[in-house]
Amino acid sequence: MRDRSNMGLKLHLVLFYTFLYVPILVLMALSFNRAGLPTVWTGFSLEWYGKLFTADPILLAARNTLIVALISTVLATIFGTLLAVGVETRHNSSVLDAVLFAPMIIPDIVLAIALLSFFTLLNMTLGLHSIILSHVVFNIAFVVAVVRTRMRNFDHSILEASADLGASEFTTFRRILLPAIAPGVIAGALLSFTLSVDEFIIAFFTAGAGQSSTTLPMQIYAMIRFGVTPEINAMATIVMFVSFTLVFFAQRTDKEVFSR
Amino acid sequence: MTNRLKSVILLGPGLGWLALLMVVPCGLIFTYAFFERGIYGGIDHVFTFENFVRATDPLYLGIFLRSAKIAFLTTIIAILIAYPAAYAITLAPRRWQTGLLILVILPFWSNYLIRTYAWIVMLNREGLINNTLQGAGLIDEPLSLLYNNFAVIVGLVYNYTPFVVLAIYSSLNRINVETIEASEDLGAPAWTTFHRVILPQTVPGIAAGGVFVFVLSIGNFITPDLLGGGRLQMVGNLIYDQFLSARDWPFGATLSMFLIAIMMGLLFAQAVLANRAAGQRGQD
Repeated sequence: MRDRSNMGLKLHLVLFYTFLYVPILVLMALSFNRAGLPTVWTGFSLEWYGKLFTADPILLAARNTLIVALISTVLATIFGTLLAVGVETRHNSSVLDAVLFAPMIIPDIVLAIALLSFFTLLNMTLGLHSIILSHVVFNIAFVVAVVRTRMRNFDHSILEASADLGASEFTTFRRILLPAIAPGVIAGALLSFTLSVDEFIIAFFTAGAGQSSTTLPMQIYAMIRFGVTPEINAMATIVMFVSFTLVFFAQRTDKEVFSR
Repeated sequence: MTNRLKSVILLGPGLGWLALLMVVPCGLIFTYAFFERGIYGGIDHVFTFENFVRATDPLYLGIFLRSAKIAFLTTIIAILIAYPAAYAITLAPRRWQTGLLILVILPFWSNYLIRTYAWIVMLNREGLINNTLQGAGLIDEPLSLLYNNFAVIVGLVYNYTPFVVLAIYSSLNRINVETIEASEDLGAPAWTTFHRVILPQTVPGIAAGGVFVFVLSIGNFITPDLLGGGRLQMVGNLIYDQFLSARDWPFGATLSMFLIAIMMGLLFAQAVLANRAAGQRGQD
């Protein structure tokens, strides 16, 4: 009885992984498909990748995405790390926890319209800078979450030891605390970069009119609305490959990153 | 350096950012919800409850109810898929468990649009599923699997089940193995041990995962937009429409407030449940 139910559970797990990965793998496979028909296999080709790298709107969108992701990641990593240290060492409160959890759970569309309303009220010109301002909001939350996990699993008494030995607060922070939590900081940065590269709705609302501040997800959305094409399959494959690589390195740097 | 100054340096920039670009904007749309729409699509600063009355119009109430129905079905299906999957992972050898969990969460870190688009590729009339079924001779005509509620639920389940697996796994992991052994030693059959001993102890995990899926599903925009039929599928699409097409910001803001209220209510309920469970563990 027990063996049979365990077999059933194992089978269920295999089916679950199949469900998770088949759509992604089908998409990747079809990106190498020769025919313009995006869903029937007709032979191997790299044609669609070539098309992608010669299309100006896509290259511009890729450049914009990198700018937004880089700057918002740097800002979020600095602010998020400081915040995580502050919360873990002195100000643990449930109100703070709620504020820090909110960006992860507020529906994207609500945050997007709230930010658009706010920028409009301030008469701000919209563009890459407003996307960056907005992306830092949810990136901070993720950096804080990752760094806090790291802080909790480390021995706070070495901070006291450092202070007892006469190190200044700043020296203790830079020489003792920062190296100890560095894997968490790096992992948090990699994850927030990934999130920013992939984020669509908030960028869509805060980018303003015009093509000049289109990001890659906005470009992908426009292409999907237009219809299923092999170019999207090729672009999707590249974007997923980049995300998976970043997440792989995040996990290698901080083994606890996903055990929140 | 004073303690106060240290707090300001550590907490100031991050909390300042969140206050200015999350709390204030959300507060702003909260006030917009009580204003009138201007003639040319702006905001007239005239206090009114009109938007809230309008939100209960059968047309909009219908969209809310449909969103809730879709989110509820998604949540139930996600839990039914996630529970046995999480349980199977806890039964796997210890050294495999981290790897198995990473495999569960990995797709989440790829682009949401692309994960949703993948289902357009899977479900369309010439997609993998229709082709396979036709190839096997099970159907003559391709099935209409796309641009309906079915496709929306498939897309949402696909995107959010991994969270539920993680939440249930972590509460299964916290169970005291001795309670299971005690139940078995006392002669309880496997099923009884499961639903009298294991299941009750994982209710907080089910609730946490379930609330997360429900909240993210009911406020979703991309999945109903790409996989659903019709323009105003769910609340998310309606809000989008009020802001970008209908240009009725106050009404869009009101709809957002309803979403936030549902979200906070559910999170509160879940926190109460989690606290009660923690209290019970403390008494044992």
